[in-house]
Amino acid sequence: MARGRPASRATMSVNAEQVRHVAKLARIAMSDAEVEAMVPEFNNILHWVEQLAEVDTDGVEPLTAVIENHLRLRDDVVDDGNCRDDILKNAPDAQHGFFAVPKVIE
Amino acid sequence: MSELTSKTIAELREGFRAGDHSAREIAEAFNAAVVAGRSLNAYTVETPELALAAADAADAARAAGELKPLSGIPLGIKDLFATEGTDSTAGSNILKGFKPTYESRVSANLKAAGAGMLGKLNMDEFAMGSSNETSAYGPVISPWRRNDGWNAALTPGGSSGGSAAAVAAGLAPGVTGTDTGGSIRQPAAFTGISGIKPTYGRCSRWGIVSFASSLDQAGPMARTVLDCAIMLEAMAGFDPRDATSLNLPVPQWEAGLSSDLRGKKVGIPKEYRIDGVPAEINAIWDQGIEWLKDAGAEVVEISLPHTKYALPTYYIIAPAEASSNLARYDGVRYGLRETGVKTLDDMYAATRSAGFGAEVKRRVMIGTYVLSAGYYDAYFTKAQKVRTLIKRDFAQAFAGCDLILTPTAPSAAFGLQEKTADPIAMYLNDVFAVPASLAGLPAMSVPGGLDSQGLPLGLHLIGRELDEQGVLNAGLAIEERAGFTARPEKWW
Repeated sequence: MARGRPASRATMSVNAEQVRHVAKLARIAMSDAEVEAMVPEFNNILHWVEQLAEVDTDGVEPLTAVIENHLRLRDDVVDDGNCRDDILKNAPDAQHGFFAVPKVIE
Repeated sequence: MSELTSKTIAELREGFRAGDHSAREIAEAFNAAVVAGRSLNAYTVETPELALAAADAADAARAAGELKPLSGIPLGIKDLFATEGTDSTAGSNILKGFKPTYESRVSANLKAAGAGMLGKLNMDEFAMGSSNETSAYGPVISPWRRNDGWNAALTPGGSSGGSAAAVAAGLAPGVTGTDTGGSIRQPAAFTGISGIKPTYGRCSRWGIVSFASSLDQAGPMARTVLDCAIMLEAMAGFDPRDATSLNLPVPQWEAGLSSDLRGKKVGIPKEYRIDGVPAEINAIWDQGIEWLKDAGAEVVEISLPHTKYALPTYYIIAPAEASSNLARYDGVRYGLRETGVKTLDDMYAATRSAGFGAEVKRRVMIGTYVLSAGYYDAYFTKAQKVRTLIKRDFAQAFAGCDLILTPTAPSAAFGLQEKTADPIAMYLNDVFAVPASLAGLPAMSVPGGLDSQGLPLGLHLIGRELDEQGVLNAGLAIEERAGFTARPEKWW
Protein backbone atom coordinates (compact mmCIF):
# COMPACT_ATOMS: atom_id res chain seq x y z
CA MET A 1 0.00 0.00 0.00
CA ALA A 2 1.33 3.35 -0.99
CA ARG A 3 -0.56 5.49 1.47
CA GLY A 4 1.56 4.83 4.55
CA ARG A 5 4.50 6.90 5.68
CA PRO A 6 7.89 6.00 4.17
CA ALA A 7 8.93 2.45 4.93
CA SER A 8 12.29 3.45 6.33
CA ARG A 9 10.83 5.30 9.32
CA ALA A 10 11.53 3.61 12.64
CA THR A 11 7.95 3.70 13.87
CA MET A 12 5.02 3.20 11.60
CA SER A 13 1.46 3.11 12.69
CA VAL A 14 -1.77 2.42 10.93
CA ASN A 15 -5.14 4.13 11.19
CA ALA A 16 -8.63 2.82 10.56
CA GLU A 17 -8.50 3.67 6.88
CA GLN A 18 -5.32 1.67 6.42
CA VAL A 19 -6.69 -1.30 8.36
CA ARG A 20 -9.74 -1.20 6.10
CA HIS A 21 -7.45 -1.25 3.09
CA VAL A 22 -5.48 -4.25 4.43
CA ALA A 23 -8.75 -6.06 5.12
CA LYS A 24 -9.76 -5.44 1.53
CA LEU A 25 -6.43 -6.81 0.26
CA ALA A 26 -6.88 -9.85 2.52
CA ARG A 27 -10.50 -10.31 1.36
CA ILE A 28 -11.87 -10.24 4.91
CA ALA A 29 -15.12 -8.33 5.40
CA MET A 30 -14.93 -6.22 8.56
CA SER A 31 -17.48 -4.05 10.28
CA ASP A 32 -16.51 -0.55 11.40
CA ALA A 33 -16.43 -1.80 15.00
CA GLU A 34 -14.06 -4.64 14.05
CA VAL A 35 -11.80 -2.21 12.22
CA GLU A 36 -11.72 0.15 15.21
CA ALA A 37 -10.86 -2.75 17.53
CA MET A 38 -8.14 -3.95 15.18
CA VAL A 39 -6.29 -0.60 14.97
CA PRO A 40 -4.65 -0.68 18.45
CA GLU A 41 -3.96 -4.43 18.23
CA PHE A 42 -2.35 -3.98 14.86
CA ASN A 43 -0.20 -1.10 16.08
CA ASN A 44 0.87 -2.95 19.23
CA ILE A 45 2.11 -5.86 17.15
CA LEU A 46 3.79 -3.61 14.59
CA HIS A 47 5.58 -1.60 17.27
CA TRP A 48 6.71 -4.82 18.92
CA VAL A 49 8.16 -6.31 15.72
CA GLU A 50 9.82 -3.01 14.83
CA GLN A 51 12.53 -3.72 17.41
CA LEU A 52 14.20 -5.54 14.50
CA ALA A 53 15.25 -2.10 13.27
CA GLU A 54 17.96 -2.20 15.97
CA VAL A 55 19.67 -5.16 14.30
CA ASP A 56 22.51 -4.34 11.93
CA THR A 57 21.77 -6.38 8.81
CA ASP A 58 24.06 -4.56 6.40
CA GLY A 59 25.55 -7.09 4.03
CA VAL A 60 23.36 -9.91 5.35
CA GLU A 61 21.48 -11.95 2.78
CA PRO A 62 17.84 -12.75 3.55
CA LEU A 63 17.36 -16.43 4.36
CA THR A 64 15.87 -18.40 1.50
CA ALA A 65 16.32 -22.07 2.49
CA VAL A 66 16.11 -23.07 6.13
CA ILE A 67 17.94 -26.35 5.48
CA GLU A 68 20.21 -26.57 2.43
CA ASN A 69 18.37 -28.53 -0.21
CA HIS A 70 18.37 -28.45 -3.96
CA LEU A 71 15.25 -28.17 -6.02
CA ARG A 72 14.60 -31.42 -7.78
CA LEU A 73 13.46 -31.78 -11.34
CA ARG A 74 11.14 -34.57 -12.30
CA ASP A 75 10.59 -36.14 -15.67
CA ASP A 76 8.23 -34.08 -17.79
CA VAL A 77 5.50 -36.67 -17.96
CA VAL A 78 1.93 -36.78 -16.75
CA ASP A 79 1.88 -38.67 -13.44
CA ASP A 80 -1.43 -37.56 -11.98
CA GLY A 81 -4.90 -36.65 -13.12
CA ASN A 82 -8.26 -38.13 -14.08
CA CYS A 83 -9.56 -37.23 -10.64
CA ARG A 84 -12.05 -34.46 -11.45
CA ASP A 85 -14.75 -35.88 -9.23
CA ASP A 86 -12.37 -36.16 -6.28
CA ILE A 87 -11.38 -32.53 -6.73
CA LEU A 88 -15.01 -31.37 -6.89
CA LYS A 89 -16.17 -33.57 -4.05
CA ASN A 90 -15.81 -30.93 -1.33
CA ALA A 91 -16.97 -27.98 -3.40
CA PRO A 92 -19.79 -25.93 -1.85
CA ASP A 93 -21.32 -25.72 -5.33
CA ALA A 94 -20.21 -27.94 -8.23
CA GLN A 95 -22.19 -27.99 -11.48
CA HIS A 96 -21.58 -29.91 -14.70
CA GLY A 97 -18.08 -30.89 -13.60
CA PHE A 98 -17.07 -27.34 -12.67
CA PHE A 99 -16.80 -25.17 -9.58
CA ALA A 100 -19.76 -22.80 -9.63
CA VAL A 101 -19.45 -19.20 -8.40
CA PRO A 102 -21.69 -16.12 -8.35
CA LYS A 103 -22.06 -14.53 -11.77
CA VAL A 104 -19.02 -12.38 -12.60
CA ILE A 105 -20.17 -10.78 -15.88
CA GLU A 106 -23.71 -9.41 -16.13
CA MET B 1 -7.54 -45.68 33.60
CA SER B 2 -7.45 -49.30 32.56
CA GLU B 3 -4.18 -51.15 32.63
CA LEU B 4 -3.72 -51.03 28.86
CA THR B 5 -4.28 -47.28 28.55
CA SER B 6 -1.55 -46.58 31.09
CA LYS B 7 1.08 -48.38 28.98
CA THR B 8 3.60 -46.83 26.62
CA ILE B 9 3.76 -47.64 22.91
CA ALA B 10 6.84 -49.81 23.50
CA GLU B 11 5.04 -51.73 26.26
CA LEU B 12 1.90 -52.19 24.18
CA ARG B 13 3.95 -53.38 21.23
CA GLU B 14 5.85 -55.87 23.37
CA GLY B 15 2.69 -57.18 25.02
CA PHE B 16 0.94 -57.49 21.68
CA ARG B 17 3.86 -59.36 20.09
CA ALA B 18 4.16 -61.65 23.10
CA GLY B 19 0.45 -62.44 22.91
CA ASP B 20 -0.39 -60.92 26.31
CA HIS B 21 -3.19 -58.93 24.69
CA SER B 22 -4.71 -58.62 21.26
CA ALA B 23 -4.68 -55.47 19.15
CA ARG B 24 -8.47 -55.47 19.44
CA GLU B 25 -8.22 -55.35 23.23
CA ILE B 26 -5.85 -52.38 22.98
CA ALA B 27 -8.11 -50.53 20.54
CA GLU B 28 -11.22 -51.20 22.63
CA ALA B 29 -9.49 -49.92 25.77
CA PHE B 30 -8.46 -46.68 24.08
CA ASN B 31 -11.80 -46.25 22.30
CA ALA B 32 -13.48 -46.46 25.72
CA ALA B 33 -10.98 -43.97 27.20
CA VAL B 34 -11.70 -41.53 24.36
CA VAL B 35 -15.44 -41.64 25.13
CA ALA B 36 -14.83 -41.35 28.88
CA GLY B 37 -12.55 -38.35 28.26
CA ARG B 38 -14.97 -36.26 26.19
CA SER B 39 -15.11 -33.52 28.84
CA LEU B 40 -11.48 -32.70 27.99
CA ASN B 41 -12.56 -31.79 24.42
CA ALA B 42 -9.34 -33.36 23.10
CA TYR B 43 -10.88 -35.05 20.06
CA THR B 44 -12.84 -33.29 17.33
CA VAL B 45 -13.79 -36.56 15.62
CA GLU B 46 -13.79 -40.06 17.10
CA THR B 47 -13.10 -42.94 14.72
CA PRO B 48 -13.45 -46.09 16.85
CA GLU B 49 -14.32 -48.15 13.77
CA LEU B 50 -11.01 -47.23 12.11
CA ALA B 51 -9.07 -48.14 15.25
CA LEU B 52 -10.86 -51.50 15.41
CA ALA B 53 -10.35 -52.23 11.71
CA ALA B 54 -6.60 -51.60 12.01
CA ALA B 55 -6.55 -53.72 15.18
CA ASP B 56 -8.24 -56.63 13.45
CA ALA B 57 -5.75 -56.35 10.60
CA ALA B 58 -2.92 -56.33 13.17
CA ASP B 59 -4.30 -59.40 14.91
CA ALA B 60 -4.52 -61.17 11.54
CA ALA B 61 -0.97 -60.06 10.70
CA ARG B 62 0.29 -61.43 14.01
CA ALA B 63 -1.41 -64.76 13.31
CA ALA B 64 0.22 -64.80 9.89
CA GLY B 65 3.62 -63.81 11.29
CA GLU B 66 3.67 -60.55 9.30
CA LEU B 67 4.07 -57.88 11.96
CA LYS B 68 4.70 -54.26 11.02
CA PRO B 69 6.53 -51.72 13.19
CA LEU B 70 3.34 -50.23 14.67
CA SER B 71 0.98 -53.21 14.36
CA GLY B 72 -1.49 -53.12 17.22
CA ILE B 73 -0.90 -49.47 18.15
CA PRO B 74 -3.81 -47.00 17.90
CA LEU B 75 -2.87 -43.32 17.58
CA GLY B 76 -4.53 -39.92 17.64
CA ILE B 77 -3.99 -37.66 14.62
CA LYS B 78 -3.94 -33.88 14.90
CA ASP B 79 -6.76 -32.28 12.91
CA LEU B 80 -4.18 -30.47 10.74
CA PHE B 81 -3.46 -33.74 8.87
CA ALA B 82 -5.67 -34.63 5.93
CA THR B 83 -7.20 -38.05 6.59
CA GLU B 84 -9.06 -39.74 3.79
CA GLY B 85 -12.80 -39.80 4.38
CA THR B 86 -12.53 -38.31 7.89
CA ASP B 87 -13.22 -34.64 8.64
CA SER B 88 -10.02 -32.60 8.53
CA THR B 89 -10.69 -29.03 9.55
CA ALA B 90 -7.53 -27.55 11.09
CA GLY B 91 -9.73 -26.47 13.99
CA SER B 92 -11.46 -23.93 11.73
CA ASN B 93 -15.05 -23.19 10.81
CA ILE B 94 -13.91 -22.43 7.28
CA LEU B 95 -13.10 -26.15 6.78
CA LYS B 96 -16.09 -27.57 8.69
CA GLY B 97 -17.22 -30.74 6.94
CA PHE B 98 -14.12 -31.04 4.72
CA LYS B 99 -13.52 -34.74 4.06
CA PRO B 100 -10.27 -35.17 2.12
CA THR B 101 -10.19 -37.67 -0.72
CA TYR B 102 -6.52 -38.32 0.08
CA GLU B 103 -4.31 -39.10 3.08
CA SER B 104 -1.40 -36.96 4.31
CA ARG B 105 2.00 -38.56 3.77
CA VAL B 106 2.81 -38.71 7.48
CA SER B 107 -0.48 -40.31 8.52
CA ALA B 108 -0.27 -42.64 5.50
CA ASN B 109 3.22 -43.67 6.67
CA LEU B 110 1.86 -44.42 10.16
CA LYS B 111 -1.03 -46.44 8.75
CA ALA B 112 1.31 -48.33 6.42
CA ALA B 113 3.37 -49.16 9.52
CA GLY B 114 0.28 -50.83 10.98
CA ALA B 115 -1.06 -48.09 13.26
CA GLY B 116 -4.78 -47.43 13.69
CA MET B 117 -6.51 -44.07 14.13
CA LEU B 118 -8.55 -43.30 17.25
CA GLY B 119 -9.72 -39.93 15.95
CA LYS B 120 -8.75 -36.37 15.09
CA LEU B 121 -7.30 -34.11 17.74
CA ASN B 122 -8.38 -30.59 18.63
CA MET B 123 -5.96 -27.74 18.03
CA ASP B 124 -5.70 -23.98 17.76
CA GLU B 125 -7.30 -22.78 14.52
CA PHE B 126 -4.80 -23.35 11.68
CA ALA B 127 -2.23 -24.05 14.45
CA MET B 128 -2.22 -20.34 15.35
CA GLY B 129 -2.14 -20.21 19.11
CA SER B 130 -0.35 -21.38 22.23
CA SER B 131 -3.31 -22.38 24.40
CA ASN B 132 -5.81 -24.18 22.14
CA GLU B 133 -8.26 -21.36 22.81
CA THR B 134 -8.49 -20.29 19.16
CA SER B 135 -10.07 -23.60 18.09
CA ALA B 136 -13.50 -23.42 16.47
CA TYR B 137 -14.37 -26.44 18.62
CA GLY B 138 -13.59 -24.61 21.85
CA PRO B 139 -10.56 -25.04 24.07
CA VAL B 140 -9.12 -28.35 25.19
CA ILE B 141 -9.08 -28.69 28.97
CA SER B 142 -5.82 -29.97 30.40
CA PRO B 143 -6.15 -33.14 32.50
CA TRP B 144 -3.76 -31.43 34.92
CA ARG B 145 -4.98 -29.19 37.76
CA ARG B 146 -3.14 -27.01 40.21
CA ASN B 147 -2.85 -28.44 43.71
CA ASP B 148 -4.53 -25.38 45.24
CA GLY B 149 -7.95 -27.02 45.44
CA TRP B 150 -9.62 -24.48 43.11
CA ASN B 151 -9.80 -26.80 40.09
CA ALA B 152 -9.34 -23.94 37.63
CA ALA B 153 -9.44 -25.15 34.02
CA LEU B 154 -5.91 -25.02 32.63
CA THR B 155 -4.67 -24.97 29.06
CA PRO B 156 -2.80 -28.00 27.71
CA GLY B 157 -0.83 -25.53 25.58
CA GLY B 158 -1.03 -25.20 21.84
CA SER B 159 -1.33 -25.49 19.09
CA SER B 160 -1.16 -29.31 19.50
CA GLY B 161 -3.27 -29.08 22.68
CA GLY B 162 -5.67 -31.92 21.92
CA SER B 163 -2.67 -34.10 21.09
CA ALA B 164 -0.94 -33.30 24.38
CA ALA B 165 -4.07 -33.70 26.52
CA ALA B 166 -4.90 -37.04 24.86
CA VAL B 167 -1.51 -38.54 25.71
CA ALA B 168 -1.41 -37.09 29.23
CA ALA B 169 -4.92 -38.40 30.01
CA GLY B 170 -4.37 -41.85 28.48
CA LEU B 171 -6.74 -41.22 25.54
CA ALA B 172 -4.00 -42.32 23.12
CA PRO B 173 -0.58 -43.89 23.64
CA GLY B 174 0.94 -41.58 21.03
CA VAL B 175 -0.19 -38.84 18.68
CA THR B 176 0.96 -36.68 15.83
CA GLY B 177 1.64 -33.02 16.40
CA THR B 178 2.93 -30.23 14.23
CA ASP B 179 5.34 -27.52 15.25
CA THR B 180 5.65 -24.15 13.52
CA GLY B 181 7.00 -22.16 16.47
CA GLY B 182 6.73 -24.51 19.46
CA SER B 183 3.39 -26.22 18.86
CA ILE B 184 4.71 -29.69 19.76
CA ARG B 185 7.17 -28.73 22.47
CA GLN B 186 5.21 -26.20 24.56
CA PRO B 187 2.10 -28.44 24.94
CA ALA B 188 4.35 -31.43 25.68
CA ALA B 189 5.97 -29.39 28.48
CA PHE B 190 2.59 -28.22 29.83
CA THR B 191 1.24 -31.78 30.08
CA GLY B 192 4.26 -33.75 31.29
CA ILE B 193 4.90 -35.71 28.09
CA SER B 194 7.65 -35.86 25.44
CA GLY B 195 7.55 -34.46 21.94
CA ILE B 196 10.09 -33.90 19.18
CA LYS B 197 10.13 -31.58 16.20
CA PRO B 198 12.60 -33.12 13.74
CA THR B 199 14.82 -31.21 11.32
CA TYR B 200 12.81 -29.24 8.78
CA GLY B 201 12.29 -31.56 5.81
CA ARG B 202 12.43 -34.88 7.68
CA CYS B 203 8.66 -35.32 7.68
CA SER B 204 6.72 -34.59 4.54
CA ARG B 205 4.38 -31.62 4.72
CA TRP B 206 2.21 -33.10 1.95
CA GLY B 207 -1.38 -33.28 3.16
CA ILE B 208 -0.76 -31.17 6.26
CA VAL B 209 -2.82 -27.97 6.17
CA SER B 210 -0.22 -25.26 5.57
CA PHE B 211 0.31 -22.49 8.11
CA ALA B 212 3.87 -21.19 7.56
CA SER B 213 5.53 -23.43 5.03
CA SER B 214 9.16 -22.59 5.85
CA LEU B 215 8.56 -23.49 9.51
CA ASP B 216 5.88 -26.24 9.63
CA GLN B 217 7.16 -29.68 10.67
CA ALA B 218 5.31 -32.74 11.91
CA GLY B 219 6.52 -34.79 14.85
CA PRO B 220 5.39 -37.31 17.45
CA MET B 221 4.19 -36.72 21.01
CA ALA B 222 4.15 -39.60 23.47
CA ARG B 223 4.89 -40.51 27.05
CA THR B 224 8.53 -41.49 26.61
CA VAL B 225 11.56 -40.68 24.51
CA LEU B 226 11.61 -44.28 23.25
CA ASP B 227 8.01 -43.92 22.04
CA CYS B 228 8.91 -40.70 20.23
CA ALA B 229 11.80 -42.48 18.49
CA ILE B 230 9.54 -45.37 17.45
CA MET B 231 6.90 -43.04 16.03
CA LEU B 232 9.28 -40.62 14.33
CA GLU B 233 10.94 -43.49 12.49
CA ALA B 234 7.56 -44.40 11.00
CA MET B 235 6.55 -40.80 10.23
CA ALA B 236 9.73 -39.52 8.56
CA GLY B 237 11.01 -40.16 5.07
CA PHE B 238 11.51 -38.63 1.65
CA ASP B 239 8.41 -37.61 -0.26
CA PRO B 240 8.67 -36.34 -3.84
CA ARG B 241 5.36 -34.50 -3.36
CA ASP B 242 6.95 -32.05 -0.89
CA ALA B 243 9.55 -29.85 -2.59
CA THR B 244 11.35 -29.28 0.73
CA SER B 245 11.40 -32.96 1.75
CA LEU B 246 14.94 -34.17 2.45
CA ASN B 247 16.01 -37.05 0.24
CA LEU B 248 17.86 -38.91 2.97
CA PRO B 249 17.45 -42.35 4.51
CA VAL B 250 15.55 -42.47 7.81
CA PRO B 251 17.99 -43.29 10.62
CA GLN B 252 17.25 -46.11 13.03
CA TRP B 253 16.61 -43.80 15.94
CA GLU B 254 15.13 -46.46 18.19
CA ALA B 255 18.10 -48.81 17.81
CA GLY B 256 20.48 -45.88 18.21
CA LEU B 257 19.12 -44.73 21.58
CA SER B 258 21.81 -44.37 24.24
CA SER B 259 21.82 -42.20 27.35
CA ASP B 260 25.61 -42.32 27.62
CA LEU B 261 26.63 -38.72 26.90
CA ARG B 262 30.36 -39.08 27.54
CA GLY B 263 32.27 -36.99 25.03
CA LYS B 264 29.27 -34.74 24.31
CA LYS B 265 29.31 -31.01 24.97
CA VAL B 266 26.07 -29.34 25.99
CA GLY B 267 25.76 -25.60 25.47
CA ILE B 268 23.83 -23.38 27.86
CA PRO B 269 22.86 -20.16 26.06
CA LYS B 270 23.30 -17.19 28.37
CA GLU B 271 20.68 -15.15 26.49
CA TYR B 272 17.97 -17.60 27.59
CA ARG B 273 18.28 -16.37 31.19
CA ILE B 274 15.59 -13.76 30.72
CA ASP B 275 13.99 -11.39 33.20
CA GLY B 276 10.61 -12.23 34.61
CA VAL B 277 10.90 -15.98 34.27
CA PRO B 278 9.81 -17.78 37.48
CA ALA B 279 12.65 -19.06 39.66
CA GLU B 280 11.27 -22.58 39.35
CA ILE B 281 11.92 -22.54 35.60
CA ASN B 282 15.56 -21.63 36.14
CA ALA B 283 15.80 -24.21 38.93
CA ILE B 284 14.60 -27.04 36.69
CA TRP B 285 17.02 -25.83 34.02
CA ASP B 286 19.90 -26.02 36.53
CA GLN B 287 18.70 -29.48 37.53
CA GLY B 288 18.75 -30.51 33.85
CA ILE B 289 22.35 -29.32 33.58
CA GLU B 290 23.29 -31.56 36.53
CA TRP B 291 21.50 -34.54 34.98
CA LEU B 292 23.36 -34.13 31.70
CA LYS B 293 26.68 -33.83 33.56
CA ASP B 294 25.77 -37.00 35.44
CA ALA B 295 25.23 -38.71 32.06
CA GLY B 296 28.80 -37.82 31.13
CA ALA B 297 28.32 -34.60 29.17
CA GLU B 298 30.51 -31.57 29.50
CA VAL B 299 28.56 -28.36 29.97
CA VAL B 300 29.73 -25.10 28.40
CA GLU B 301 28.26 -21.61 28.28
CA ILE B 302 27.41 -20.44 24.79
CA SER B 303 26.03 -17.27 23.24
CA LEU B 304 23.13 -16.92 20.81
CA PRO B 305 23.24 -13.13 20.50
CA HIS B 306 20.12 -12.62 18.37
CA THR B 307 17.81 -14.62 20.65
CA LYS B 308 15.73 -11.60 21.68
CA TYR B 309 14.87 -10.90 18.05
CA ALA B 310 13.59 -14.40 17.30
CA LEU B 311 9.98 -13.79 18.35
CA PRO B 312 9.49 -10.54 16.43
CA THR B 313 11.16 -12.18 13.42
CA TYR B 314 8.78 -15.11 13.71
CA TYR B 315 5.76 -12.81 14.02
CA ILE B 316 6.60 -11.25 10.69
CA ILE B 317 7.55 -14.39 8.76
CA ALA B 318 4.85 -16.74 10.04
CA PRO B 319 1.91 -14.34 9.43
CA ALA B 320 3.35 -13.42 6.01
CA GLU B 321 3.45 -17.07 4.97
CA ALA B 322 0.05 -17.67 6.54
CA SER B 323 -1.57 -14.79 4.66
CA SER B 324 -0.33 -16.37 1.45
CA ASN B 325 -1.25 -19.96 2.37
CA LEU B 326 -4.70 -19.05 3.66
CA ALA B 327 -5.60 -17.20 0.45
CA ARG B 328 -6.90 -20.55 -0.80
CA TYR B 329 -9.91 -20.43 1.53
CA ASP B 330 -12.20 -18.59 -0.83
CA GLY B 331 -15.47 -20.49 -0.57
CA VAL B 332 -15.06 -21.98 -4.05
CA ARG B 333 -13.23 -25.28 -3.83
CA TYR B 334 -13.92 -26.61 -0.35
CA GLY B 335 -15.23 -25.64 3.04
CA LEU B 336 -17.58 -22.85 3.97
CA ARG B 337 -19.27 -20.55 1.47
CA GLU B 338 -21.28 -17.55 2.57
CA THR B 339 -24.18 -16.98 0.22
CA GLY B 340 -26.57 -14.06 0.09
CA VAL B 341 -24.04 -11.62 -1.33
CA LYS B 342 -24.12 -10.42 -4.89
CA THR B 343 -20.60 -10.44 -6.29
CA LEU B 344 -17.76 -12.95 -6.33
CA ASP B 345 -15.52 -10.52 -4.44
CA ASP B 346 -18.14 -10.04 -1.74
CA MET B 347 -18.54 -13.81 -1.51
CA TYR B 348 -14.80 -14.21 -0.83
CA ALA B 349 -14.78 -11.51 1.84
CA ALA B 350 -17.98 -12.67 3.53
CA THR B 351 -16.82 -16.30 3.55
CA ARG B 352 -13.45 -15.45 5.06
CA SER B 353 -15.02 -13.10 7.59
CA ALA B 354 -17.45 -15.78 8.75
CA GLY B 355 -15.03 -18.70 8.55
CA PHE B 356 -11.88 -17.37 10.21
CA GLY B 357 -11.59 -16.70 13.93
CA ALA B 358 -10.13 -13.55 15.49
CA GLU B 359 -6.50 -14.75 15.82
CA VAL B 360 -6.41 -16.07 12.26
CA LYS B 361 -7.81 -12.79 10.93
CA ARG B 362 -5.25 -10.86 12.98
CA ARG B 363 -2.36 -12.88 11.55
CA VAL B 364 -3.63 -12.83 7.97
CA MET B 365 -4.00 -9.05 8.26
CA ILE B 366 -0.50 -8.58 9.73
CA GLY B 367 0.89 -10.89 7.06
CA THR B 368 -0.89 -9.03 4.29
CA TYR B 369 0.45 -5.73 5.63
CA VAL B 370 4.10 -6.81 5.92
CA LEU B 371 4.00 -8.19 2.38
CA SER B 372 2.30 -5.17 0.86
CA ALA B 373 3.99 -2.74 -1.49
CA GLY B 374 6.10 -0.20 0.37
CA TYR B 375 6.41 -2.34 3.49
CA TYR B 376 7.82 -5.60 2.13
CA ASP B 377 11.49 -4.64 2.55
CA ALA B 378 11.05 -2.89 5.89
CA TYR B 379 9.34 -5.87 7.46
CA PHE B 380 9.58 -9.11 5.51
CA THR B 381 13.04 -8.78 3.97
CA LYS B 382 14.39 -7.38 7.23
CA ALA B 383 12.97 -10.37 9.13
CA GLN B 384 14.51 -12.82 6.67
CA LYS B 385 17.88 -11.11 7.17
CA VAL B 386 17.58 -11.40 10.94
CA ARG B 387 16.57 -15.03 10.42
CA THR B 388 19.90 -15.55 8.63
CA LEU B 389 21.67 -14.10 11.69
CA ILE B 390 19.70 -16.37 14.06
CA LYS B 391 20.65 -19.39 11.99
CA ARG B 392 24.28 -18.20 11.98
CA ASP B 393 24.17 -17.89 15.80
CA PHE B 394 23.32 -21.59 16.05
CA ALA B 395 25.98 -22.59 13.51
CA GLN B 396 28.61 -20.69 15.50
CA ALA B 397 27.40 -22.17 18.80
CA PHE B 398 27.50 -25.70 17.40
CA ALA B 399 31.16 -25.21 16.53
CA GLY B 400 31.74 -25.48 20.28
CA CYS B 401 29.00 -27.85 21.47
CA ASP B 402 26.87 -30.78 20.30
CA LEU B 403 23.56 -29.93 21.91
CA ILE B 404 21.81 -27.02 23.59
CA LEU B 405 19.72 -27.25 26.77
CA THR B 406 17.09 -24.66 27.71
CA PRO B 407 13.70 -24.63 29.43
CA THR B 408 10.84 -25.41 27.01
CA ALA B 409 8.50 -22.63 28.10
CA PRO B 410 8.80 -19.59 30.38
CA SER B 411 6.02 -20.83 32.70
CA ALA B 412 3.94 -23.84 33.63
CA ALA B 413 0.47 -24.23 32.13
CA PHE B 414 -1.76 -21.20 32.71
CA GLY B 415 -5.49 -20.91 33.17
CA LEU B 416 -7.92 -20.58 30.29
CA GLN B 417 -8.59 -16.92 29.42
CA GLU B 418 -5.61 -15.72 31.47
CA LYS B 419 -3.72 -14.55 28.38
CA THR B 420 -6.34 -14.17 25.65
CA ALA B 421 -6.66 -10.40 26.05
CA ASP B 422 -3.05 -9.69 25.09
CA PRO B 423 -1.76 -11.33 21.89
CA ILE B 424 1.88 -10.45 22.62
CA ALA B 425 1.74 -12.00 26.13
CA MET B 426 0.45 -15.16 24.45
CA TYR B 427 3.21 -15.05 21.82
CA LEU B 428 5.88 -14.87 24.58
CA ASN B 429 5.05 -18.47 25.52
CA ASP B 430 7.19 -19.62 22.64
CA VAL B 431 10.24 -17.46 23.43
CA PHE B 432 12.48 -20.52 23.97
CA ALA B 433 10.95 -22.65 21.20
CA VAL B 434 10.87 -20.26 18.24
CA PRO B 435 14.62 -19.82 17.56
CA ALA B 436 15.07 -23.54 16.72
CA SER B 437 12.05 -23.32 14.41
CA LEU B 438 13.51 -20.35 12.54
CA ALA B 439 16.76 -22.32 12.09
CA GLY B 440 14.99 -25.58 11.11
CA LEU B 441 16.77 -27.52 13.86
CA PRO B 442 15.59 -30.69 15.62
CA ALA B 443 14.32 -29.93 19.12
CA MET B 444 12.54 -31.86 21.83
CA SER B 445 10.77 -31.30 25.13
CA VAL B 446 10.97 -33.87 27.91
CA PRO B 447 9.41 -33.62 31.37
CA GLY B 448 11.77 -32.31 34.04
CA GLY B 449 9.56 -32.27 37.12
CA LEU B 450 6.63 -30.57 38.81
CA ASP B 451 6.47 -27.01 40.07
CA SER B 452 5.16 -26.00 43.50
CA GLN B 453 1.61 -25.96 42.10
CA GLY B 454 1.97 -29.58 41.02
CA LEU B 455 2.21 -28.75 37.30
CA PRO B 456 4.76 -30.23 34.86
CA LEU B 457 7.77 -28.28 33.60
CA GLY B 458 9.66 -29.26 30.47
CA LEU B 459 13.31 -29.26 29.46
CA HIS B 460 14.19 -28.42 25.89
CA LEU B 461 17.02 -29.87 23.81
CA ILE B 462 18.12 -28.41 20.49
CA GLY B 463 20.43 -30.32 18.15
CA ARG B 464 22.44 -29.77 15.02
CA GLU B 465 20.48 -30.18 11.82
CA LEU B 466 19.77 -33.88 11.13
CA ASP B 467 20.98 -34.86 14.62
CA GLU B 468 17.66 -36.12 15.98
CA GLN B 469 19.64 -38.97 17.51
CA GLY B 470 21.68 -36.63 19.69
CA VAL B 471 18.51 -34.86 20.82
CA LEU B 472 16.72 -38.12 21.61
CA ASN B 473 19.74 -39.50 23.47
CA ALA B 474 20.05 -36.43 25.68
CA GLY B 475 16.29 -36.56 26.21
CA LEU B 476 16.64 -40.16 27.33
CA ALA B 477 19.44 -39.22 29.73
CA ILE B 478 17.16 -36.61 31.33
CA GLU B 479 14.19 -38.98 31.36
CA GLU B 480 16.18 -41.67 33.19
CA ARG B 481 17.33 -39.20 35.82
CA ALA B 482 14.17 -37.14 36.24
CA GLY B 483 12.15 -40.24 37.09
CA PHE B 484 9.04 -38.33 36.04
CA THR B 485 6.13 -40.66 36.79
CA ALA B 486 3.52 -38.08 37.82
CA ARG B 487 0.17 -38.40 36.06
CA PRO B 488 -2.85 -36.16 36.38
CA GLU B 489 -5.37 -37.46 38.86
CA LYS B 490 -8.43 -38.64 36.93
CA TRP B 491 -11.34 -36.19 37.46
CA TRP B 492 -12.94 -36.35 34.01
